[in-house]
Parts: sequence; C-alpha cells; structure tokens
Amino acid sequence: MKAFLILEDGTVFEGIHIGADKEMISEIVFNTSMAGYLEVLTDPSYAGQAVCMTYPLIGNYGICREDMESKQAWPAGLIVRELSRLASNFRSDMTIQDFLMEQGIPGIAGIDTRALTKLLRKKGTMNGMITSDESYHLDEILPKLRAYTTGNVVEKVTCSHKYEITCEADAIGKRVALLDFGSKENIARSLVKRGCDVTVYPAFTKAEEILADNPDGIMLSNGPGDPKECEGVIQEIRKLYETEIPIFAICLGHQLMALATGADTFKMKYGHRGGNHPVKDLKTGKVYISSQNHGYVVDMEKLDPDVAVPAFVNVNDGTNEGLSYVGKNIFTVQYHPEACPGPQDSGYLFDRFIKMMEVGEDA
Amino acid sequence: MPKNPNVKRVLVIGSGPIVIGQAAEFDYAGTQACRSLKEEGMEVILVNSNPATIMTDRNIADKVYIEPLTAGVLEQIIEKERPDSILPTLGGQAGLNLGMELEESGFLHSHNVRLLGTTAATIKKAEDRQEFKDTMEKIGEPCAASKVVESVKDGVAFTNTIGYPVVLRPAYTLGGSGGGIAHNQTELESILENGLRLSRVGQVLVERCIAGWKEIEYEVMRDGAGNCITVCNMENIDPVGVHTGDSMVVAPSQTLGDKEYQMLRSSALNIINELEITGGCNVQFALHPTSFEYCVIEVNPRVSRSSALASKATGYPIAKVAAKIALGYTLDEIKNAITGKTYASFEPTLDYCVVKLPRLPFDKFITAKRTLTTQMKATGEVMSICDNFEGALMKAIRSLEQHVDCLLSYDFSGLSGEDLKERLRIVDDQRIYVIAEALRKGIDYDTIHEITMIDHWFIDKIAILVEMEQALKTGPLTFPLLKEAKRMEFPDCVISRLTGIGEEEIKKMRYDNGIVAAYKMVDTCAAEFEASTPYYYSVYGSENEAVKTDPPKKVLVLGSGPIRIGQGIEFDYCSVHATWAFSKAGYETIIINNNPETVSTDFDIADKLYFEPLTPEDVESIVRIEKPHGAVVQFGGQTAIKLTESLMKMGVPIWGTKAEDVDAAEDRELFDKILEQTGIPRAAGGTVYTAEEAKQVANRLGYPVLVRPSYVLGGQGMQIAISDEEIEEFMEIINRIAQDHPILVDKYLQGKEIEVDAVCDGTDILIPGIMEHIERTGVHSGDSISVYPAHTITDRVKEKIGEYTRRLAKALHVKGLINIQFIAIGEEVYVIEVNPRSSRTVPYISKVTGIPIVDLATEVIIGKTIRELGYEPGLQQEADYFAVKMPVFSFEKIRGAEISLGPEMKSTGECLGIAKTFNEALYKAFLGAGVDLPRHKQMIITVKDADKGEAVEIGRRFEKLGYKIYATRSTAAALNEAGVKARKVNKISQESPTVMDLILGHRIDLVIDTPTQGRDKSRDGFLIRRTAIETGVNCITAMDTARALVTSMENANGRFTLIDVASI
Repeated sequence: MKAFLILEDGTVFEGIHIGADKEMISEIVFNTSMAGYLEVLTDPSYAGQAVCMTYPLIGNYGICREDMESKQAWPAGLIVRELSRLASNFRSDMTIQDFLMEQGIPGIAGIDTRALTKLLRKKGTMNGMITSDESYHLDEILPKLRAYTTGNVVEKVTCSHKYEITCEADAIGKRVALLDFGSKENIARSLVKRGCDVTVYPAFTKAEEILADNPDGIMLSNGPGDPKECEGVIQEIRKLYETEIPIFAICLGHQLMALATGADTFKMKYGHRGGNHPVKDLKTGKVYISSQNHGYVVDMEKLDPDVAVPAFVNVNDGTNEGLSYVGKNIFTVQYHPEACPGPQDSGYLFDRFIKMMEVGEDA
Repeated sequence: MPKNPNVKRVLVIGSGPIVIGQAAEFDYAGTQACRSLKEEGMEVILVNSNPATIMTDRNIADKVYIEPLTAGVLEQIIEKERPDSILPTLGGQAGLNLGMELEESGFLHSHNVRLLGTTAATIKKAEDRQEFKDTMEKIGEPCAASKVVESVKDGVAFTNTIGYPVVLRPAYTLGGSGGGIAHNQTELESILENGLRLSRVGQVLVERCIAGWKEIEYEVMRDGAGNCITVCNMENIDPVGVHTGDSMVVAPSQTLGDKEYQMLRSSALNIINELEITGGCNVQFALHPTSFEYCVIEVNPRVSRSSALASKATGYPIAKVAAKIALGYTLDEIKNAITGKTYASFEPTLDYCVVKLPRLPFDKFITAKRTLTTQMKATGEVMSICDNFEGALMKAIRSLEQHVDCLLSYDFSGLSGEDLKERLRIVDDQRIYVIAEALRKGIDYDTIHEITMIDHWFIDKIAILVEMEQALKTGPLTFPLLKEAKRMEFPDCVISRLTGIGEEEIKKMRYDNGIVAAYKMVDTCAAEFEASTPYYYSVYGSENEAVKTDPPKKVLVLGSGPIRIGQGIEFDYCSVHATWAFSKAGYETIIINNNPETVSTDFDIADKLYFEPLTPEDVESIVRIEKPHGAVVQFGGQTAIKLTESLMKMGVPIWGTKAEDVDAAEDRELFDKILEQTGIPRAAGGTVYTAEEAKQVANRLGYPVLVRPSYVLGGQGMQIAISDEEIEEFMEIINRIAQDHPILVDKYLQGKEIEVDAVCDGTDILIPGIMEHIERTGVHSGDSISVYPAHTITDRVKEKIGEYTRRLAKALHVKGLINIQFIAIGEEVYVIEVNPRSSRTVPYISKVTGIPIVDLATEVIIGKTIRELGYEPGLQQEADYFAVKMPVFSFEKIRGAEISLGPEMKSTGECLGIAKTFNEALYKAFLGAGVDLPRHKQMIITVKDADKGEAVEIGRRFEKLGYKIYATRSTAAALNEAGVKARKVNKISQESPTVMDLILGHRIDLVIDTPTQGRDKSRDGFLIRRTAIETGVNCITAMDTARALVTSMENANGRFTLIDVASI
C-alpha cells in the first residue's frame, strides 16, 4: 500500500505504508543512531513525534522485547528507508513490522530519508502527516499540520501511580526518588544496578509527598515536549531545589530544574537526536560521546552564575549539555548517561550521583 | 592541549614494499600523515624503501630516503638528519617494529629522539602475546584461551583443559603452513607433530577454536588526554576463520542490536584506554552468534588496513587525525575536514551501507589453493557504497574486474542440492556464488547457515538478489521491476542477459522513465550538518546531491581499481599526480575509483570524488551529470584504458594519445605496419585464436615461443612454450576466459631486456633514463631486477633505443606517456612491447632522475611542449649514482603458488636500492627486499642442465664467501667436477636425509632452484621451492638473480651512502 509523508511546508514524500493502518499528525524529527531502533521506539521522550531514522536499514535484528525502554512504543510514527523483511538475532521475539502493528504505530518506508533529513536540517523541525489516502488535499491538510502542537505530553507518558523497585543484590542502602516525566527504564536500572532502591513517582507528585518519603537522592528523568508546558512540575521542582537532598537530572529533568531556578530554555532548530554527540566536561576538559534526544535546550546566555554554571557543552555547536548548581548538591545533564540506545561512556555520572548521596557533596 | 612546541623535525617510517597484508593503505596513511604534519609546519623526513609510493614524493616530505627499512639504515638517517621525533605508527607492522627496535636498543634516547604517538610500553602490551593476555585479563576483557606448547604431550594436556576443537598455529612459519584445526586427539597429534617440525623455534600455539563466531571490528581513536571515540565498526560477512583482509566486510555492523554494538564499543574503549594508545587503533572481536559472549581477537596499536577502509567508509581521516594527535592535539581541537563545522571528537554516523570485497590473486596463481583461512591472501580490495546492502554488494562485485558482475558469474548450476551442500563447506572466494546457487535450488536458510555460519540476514539479502534474477528472467520487464532492479544496482548488461532485451533498449527504457543514478554525499554525519566535501556514491530512486559545476575546464581522471598483481600502487601514483597537475593548471578535477586503500580516493585529492565501479555504465552515469570536457585514461592502468571506447561513445574526448593509436600498439597487424614503416625490428610472430593455429605458428617460428593474450597488463596468461603439448595447455588456460582479442604467438628471443618510459608532445620526446633488467628475457619485466642507468649496454645501443623510442612515439602520435620494452642482443635492438600509457616504472624513474614525468605528461596533454616546460628533448643525462629496483613477492602467503619466475608477473611490490656504486645499490635493494645474508652460510643448489655452467661460477663465488653448498645429484656432480665442493643430497623421493630434511633443519640461507624449461611439472622442484618459501628460506629461481645476489654479498659492508631523493 502506498503512503505519503506530508510536511507543513507542502513537501510530499511518497513511499510504502508500514505498521498500523492509520493516519497520524505529529512533529517530524530525525535520529542518527545506526542501531537501537527499539530503544528509540520505546523512549517516552518521542511522544508526539514521528521519528525518521537516518540509517537506511532498519529492523535487521528484529525486536528483542527485553531491550524496551518502557512498556510500550511512543512515537506517533516511524519513517525509514527500508525495513528488513527478516529479523536476525538470537534474542529476537518478532519482526519490527509485527511490533509496529501490535503497538498501533503507523509509518512509511521507501522514502529518501536523507532528503527528508536535509530538509529538516535546513528548515528546522516541522509538523507532518503520514497517510495512505491517495486523494489527500494539501489545502485541507496544511492548516491542520501548522496548527498541531505536541501539548503537555508529559501527562501522557508519566506513570499513573507511585511504585518501588528494590535492589536485589549488593544494596548500598540508598533510596532514590525518581520523578517520571517519561523515564527510560534504564535510568532506574542504572541506579538499581549500583545498589540503590528506587521509588518512581508520577510527574505531578507534590514535592512534599516526595520529601515525606525521605529519599537520599532525587532523580529527575527525561521526557517529551516543551519544558515550559510543565508549569506545575516546575514549581514542585523549585521546592526540591530548596532542600539539601542531592539531585541528578537528565534531559527534560535538566531543563525543568533550570526553569525552576530562573533560567530559560529555547527550541532548537532541529535538535540533537542520535548516539554520536560529543560533550565536553568543562571541569576536566574530557570529551565523551553521548546519546542524545532533545529539541529544547537551556539558554546559557541567561544563566545566573550565582545559581548555576555550565558543566558540559556540546563540542559541535557549543550548546549547553549540563549544569552544576552553585552551593548545591545538584548537577544536571542534557544528554543521556543511561544510553540505550547509544554509547555508555557517561554511565559514570550515576556513580557521581551515588557518591553525592554518600558523602553529601559533589565528588 | 595545544601542539607540543618541541616537535619540529619528524622522521616518518613507511611500510616498505607492497606485500599481501601490507599494501597501498600505508601509502595512503603515510601520505595523509605527512601532509598533516606539514600543515602544522613540521619538517618531515621520510624513509621508505618503496619507490612506487606517493609518500616518497618530494612534495610530500622535505627529505626523502628510499632506503632499506632496517635499524642500521634508520640509525644512519637519524645521525645525519637529527630529527627530534619519530612517528612509527603509520607504516604498518614494518614501521612499528623498526620504531620499537630503535627504542628498545636505547638509540632513540641517546640521540634525543622522542617516539611520537603510542609509547613503546603500549605497543609491547598490545603485541606481545602474553602481555596482551595478561592485560586483557586484568581489565576483564576475555580472550580465547591459548597456550604456546613445545611438545605434543603438552598440547594434548592443554587441549584437554579447554576442549576441542582447537586451532593450531606454528610459530615463525609463514603462510600459516603447518597449522590447522583439530577436532579430536588423533587430528591434534598429527597436526601438532608436523607443526612443531615446521616451526623454526619448535613452538605451536594451541588456541580455543572460535571459528564460526561473528567477526566484528572497531576503529578507535584516542588522544593524549584520554578522549576516545570509535570511528566506525565493521562486520565481517564471513565469520571468524577467514582473515578479515579476505572477508567480505560490511560497515556499519548489520546484525548487531544496540546492546551488542555498545557492549563491544565499550570494550574497545576500555582496551584502548588501558593500553593508553594515542592515535588510531583497531580492535577485533569474535562475538558468539547466539549469546553475548565475546573474545578479543587482536588489537593493532596503529593505523591499519582496516583503518584505511574505515576512513573511506565514513569520511573520517584517521591517519590525518592520528598525526595531529601525535603532535599533542586533542580530538576536540581538530576540525572535521568534511563538515568544517564539527570536530574530530565526534563519531561518524552513516546513512548508507558499505561493502568491501577482497581482490584475490587466484587468477594469477592458478595452482594455488583457493581456500580462505586466517592467513590473508588478497592483494587488494574494492569498496562500494549504496543506500541498501544489495546494491552495495552488486557494485562491489563488478568493481573487482574479475569477469564477475552478478551472483551468476560463477556457474554452479550443474551441482545437485547435495553437491552444493558439500561445496558450501569449502570456504573460498566463490562461496557467495555457491550460496546463491543453493538458494536457487531451494536449500533453506538454516541449512546454509549451519554449514557456513554466515548470518541469516546476509543469506536473506543474497536471496533477495536471487529472487530479482528470477523475476527478471521470467519477467515482463515492467517499469517498477526495472526500477527495483536498478535500486539493487543490477547493471544493464546483467538485466539484458536475464531478460534477453538489448542493453541499449534497457538504457533507453531507463532514461525515458527517469531511472537514472543519483549521487549522495559521504558526510560523516548522516546529513545532520551541512558538508561541503564532494565525496559521492550512487543510488537509484533518490534525490541527486551532486551539483553539476560549470568551470571553464573540467577533466575526468579514471582510477585504476583494486590493487592486483600487475596493476599496483604505481597507477595510483600516476592518477594522483595527473590530478594534481591538472589542478595546478586550473582544471576542475574529478576522480572515479573504488579502491579504499589508495591516496586517489582520499576526499581532498580531486575536486570531486566518485567512489564507484569503473564500468562503462557506472562511468556514463557520472558523465551524464558532470559532463567533463575531457577524460584522461593513460594514467589508470588497464582499468582506465579499457574504458576508452565507451568514453568516446559517450562523447567524452580522450585527452592525450588517441584511442586508435592505443589500438595500433596492441593490434598485431597495425603494429607490424608501424614497425615496418619505422624500420624497427621485432621478434617474428603471428596472431591466433585457436590452439591449432597457435601450433602452426609456433612450428613455423620454431620453439621456444611466447604465448600471450593481447590487451593485458602484467603479462597475465603469458607463457613460454617449448612444445605442442604446452601450446595446447596454455591456450586452454587463456581461453577459459572469453577473449575479445586475438592471442599472440612470438618467437622467444633471449637477450638483455631494456625498458624506457618517455614523454612525447607530438613532436619531441623526453626520455628520463634507460632501465636495464638483470634477468634475461623470459622473466616478466615487473619481476625483474631493474637497474638505472643501464650500465652494461653500449652507447650505440642506448642511442638506438633513444631513436627507436622517438620513432615509435611519433608514429603512434603519442601525447603523454609511452613505455617501451626492448631486447638487446649484442648491438641489435628489438622491440618487445609498446604501451602508449603510464607504466609500473613511472614512479621509480621519476624519483631516481628527479624528472616528474607524470606532471610533464599532463602538461603536454594540456598543450604545452617539452621545450616550453624547460626540458631539452631526448635522452637525459645519466645520473652519477645507481638505482636498483627489486621485485618483492608474497609467495609465502599463497599456499600452493608456483614461485618460479616466468613471463607472467608474480611480484606484489618493489623496493629500491640507491647508491653511488652499482654494487652498493644492489646490496641495498636486496636488503630492502628482506634478503639479509649471510646467516648460517649454508645453501642448496639444484638447477636444470642448461644452467649447470653458470651454477659452477656462482657456486664458486658463494663458496668463497664461506658457504657450505648442498646440491642434488647432477648439480653436485657438475659442481664437484669443476672443483666447487658440493655435498650431494637426496631428492625428496629418495631415502632420508633429503633436501627437504635439510630445509626443515632451519639452517639453510638460500635455495637456488631453476625449474626445467617451460613449466616445471616435477613435484619435487615445486615442493622444494614451496617448503623453502614457507619456512622463510630465500629461494631464487633465475641464475641472473643468483649472480646479482652473490655480487651484492661480495660487496657488502655495514655502512651506506644515503641519498636524499628529494634533492635529486
């Protein structure tokens, strides 16, 4: 079956329909990871977006369910050059085609994904539609596309109630409160693996409730959408900031902490999504290759140096990749130390967080 | 970290002659590194014994020494040039070993020379088997269990602790001889016993067998501050068991999930960090196909063949960055040259698929075993890029230039299903074609996978190609089907064969429907950032990114494809120099080539690089977009020459010598006419198509005769025949491949072989120098020792050669380069062969005479005259030193290959000896080729009857040098009779001790073995030569070579004169 990807600037790509038989409208973004499509598909940060994979051959190793980063797939759609008809991996449970059907995700294959990527790079992230209706009318569709906003998607992806994950071996007796804005599972796994017990809270939990559980550390997760949509959450985070509890935040969590302390964020032209971004630790001068997925970034120009100072920057474009809070046991990063997909180079940041909880200061 | 201000004068070590396993990739790496160092204001002193390289050019380094790569020579160069630093990590294993030797002896320290890049301690940790194992154990990285044993008993005991099967590798045998896989104790005992005997040190490594696991490689960079990145990973389609150099390789890995990918990536970074490598490094892993278990196979603490491939596959210039790191820069300070925006500290991401195929030399060594093992056999490789795997594979296949263009190119249709299953067990260069046939016969994926252990994903991709063949065969050829076939890069000629529709008609159908190739950019970043480097590959069914430019002058330079015996790095040298010369003259330059090991495919050599197969269709697709004003084919070897006619049909003018004149040199009748007109004699001969005709001509001329196909390089298929039977045999071999052109049969003349390269501007010629071969005619010119200036021919003969060259160049209307081979017999000069194009000797003669003939030829093609270029036409004045070019072979790598020299070329590379005297130059040349004698002062002589007289003379001279001579019966008799003391030794078939036992005693320096006339069919001689080669004994098969060797040894003394070639 034919399918069409229609962008808000009127560009139409024709390809083959894949996945669930339905139409979708969302923001269109691209990801440059060469492997890890399942981790991308199950990353809640992609809620409200259709992802174009720049690597042309997708689905080669099928779907290994144990690699899912959440209980379900989140993107509104998937855009690929070619889906492998064979899933080849000893752990594979099913093909990606079947998975898209099961998860109800529509998509398009057989399009020139490089041309699409170049377009998004030049014009910036756009909204778009995937449809298999051959009699589409651009005049009707384009206004709809322009009007689309992702809205407050955190609501959709956060857990509905508090739950606990206890460490099974080598416990270090530290309890971490993890605020779930759309958390990838490997954040909790990374903490549990290091001996922490983790309590996961829905995004809209009141600070008082979290503090009442008396955690040793607080972890703010990644998540989808524009951070400024999360007004209520920002206020609660401000309260957490006021405490002396060590806080480590990733991605959306990092942006929310910045907003909670008076800094600003802005939308990037086409964001950072992939597994090859170099970030530089300003303290040591060392460069790490990181996994990234963000469309918004903290504005370094508007930082109050008395509150927070840049700790990491992106080597390519110089944008902020992390902050260190003055006089606080708080550090936050824009990228994904939990990897999955992508390089594991920054896993040490979890160790740093644990050390903060243990000695009470930024190690 | 800014660059180290104390580094100002850097000595760079090259990798020496091209041999299998150490080829053009190091010229690429070295050239890139030298340019990178010069960019930083360094003074670069280069040493490499290989004159065919670009790195040994005066514009690449400030001082150039084409000298043997030995510690002694390097010490002398260091004493003379006083470098403050030495960079050994870009010259392959050869360069690395030398650097280490100098470091360990304390020489570097005492001369205040610092080792740049990785430290000696690091290299030891990576290279020493035990230290490496200990290091890996320390950081928890698994290696396959192994142990070095010196007895069968210990081997059995160790194997019992790790379980069967085990791999056995004898130490210090070349070509993997004596090794193998043992599945049980009986096999183990038998292989081990033999291996221990073959090993010079009586040691065999017993290792857990991980054959069949996935083989995955990571290319890693690390700077002095500890920042690490992986440039790319690669997956071998052939699982562990086949050397990665002989494997079909794909980049990035296709069958690894993120978990496996990152697990191995983290391991690679972990290893490079522990080893504290600064620069580039290659880590090879074996990954269990059905678990997360993996083993580290090997770490190369230096730039390697794989890193050249990774550089071309990603656009990340590994050698250039490694050189900057060596100077002290950190990755985040080095700009990514492709994007100009990002930095070297970012990991390339691909939005295409890369396939590399090895170019194996079995067409040259027809007696050799085709099986692929852990010993590399490929002489070169091709790479292709596409947005789908099928397309990349199809493009790579036709890039090989081995008469293959699709998966039907080797016909296995005669084999039954059962036969095919058996055939699949043979791991050779044809396995992929066997898999295709198995799929055609309905054998299921699981069965194929169980036998070959090739991943299902790749098998499925082959199946998709087979399904397309079937669809085309049964077709109608609809528009969507044609579109899909082109997406998978089926060439028109294959579609034509399968559909029965004419090629032209298919082309028309494509053009009418807009099914044309589009070009995408290799940009390191999957289009995330804008890139300005025009490095292109073709795809079908996508947007075209190649922008047609309209400069006033635009030239297409055709590359020479994969490195093979007979067409090596020399042609890349010529292509690159021509490109630079055109650039200098204001032309926009376009290169098409498919060889990832070469300088020409570096993205900053030409204005535009198309990484594509060199077939008429692929070239035409580029021509359609670029519309060059002209093309030059005379620099790219036979690969480029073959495209002449097609280019003319496309309407692209061939600049330089006209196609019809090239034809006139190859076409027997036309050429004879020219010789008649110009009054130049040649050996009598005739052209034939069949064996019957060949025999008639041969009998008319009288044996011996020379038989060869026309239009070939490197004397492929050329043989000296002494009887009708041999004619039949050779004609059968030649005609195995359909011949478009007649076969030549010539009277074989024995004399002195002379070679010249010249530039002709249509009126005048310039001959930089005359080269003379040490071996008599009958040995291919590429396998002969060549001496400049020619010192044993008279001035009268030289004049004649100059005059004949002038006449021929004019008669053929040569514009550009011409290469002519002559035979001198007394004062008579005959012409053997004329090639109106660049030749193998062009880089050599350019360097030793200081006359840049490729540049001159390019200027001449553009329209300048030799006089305008500041040269007096004619034969140039001879140099006051001697330069000896020595062929280098890789026989030890190709099991079963016949090593005796003949009219078909067999050498893989060359080295140069340059000195004030002929004898010193000769000695240096032998030394450069690895002949470092005497050691044990024992030798074996076994020669055919005709050579006995010369054997006496040569034997006497060796005896004088203190050699103890062993000889087979009749040779011994001849020697003793003439008063040369020779101990008789038994033939192999006779009772012990035989000549074989002697060789296996590991106390023999040299074997002189001349095969009987024609093809040596005696297994004895063949076995002796093979055993000698495989146990590292020098083996000489021509009396002239033997005489040259003894001459050089008689004149050996440790000190050398050093000549800076850049100052010539």
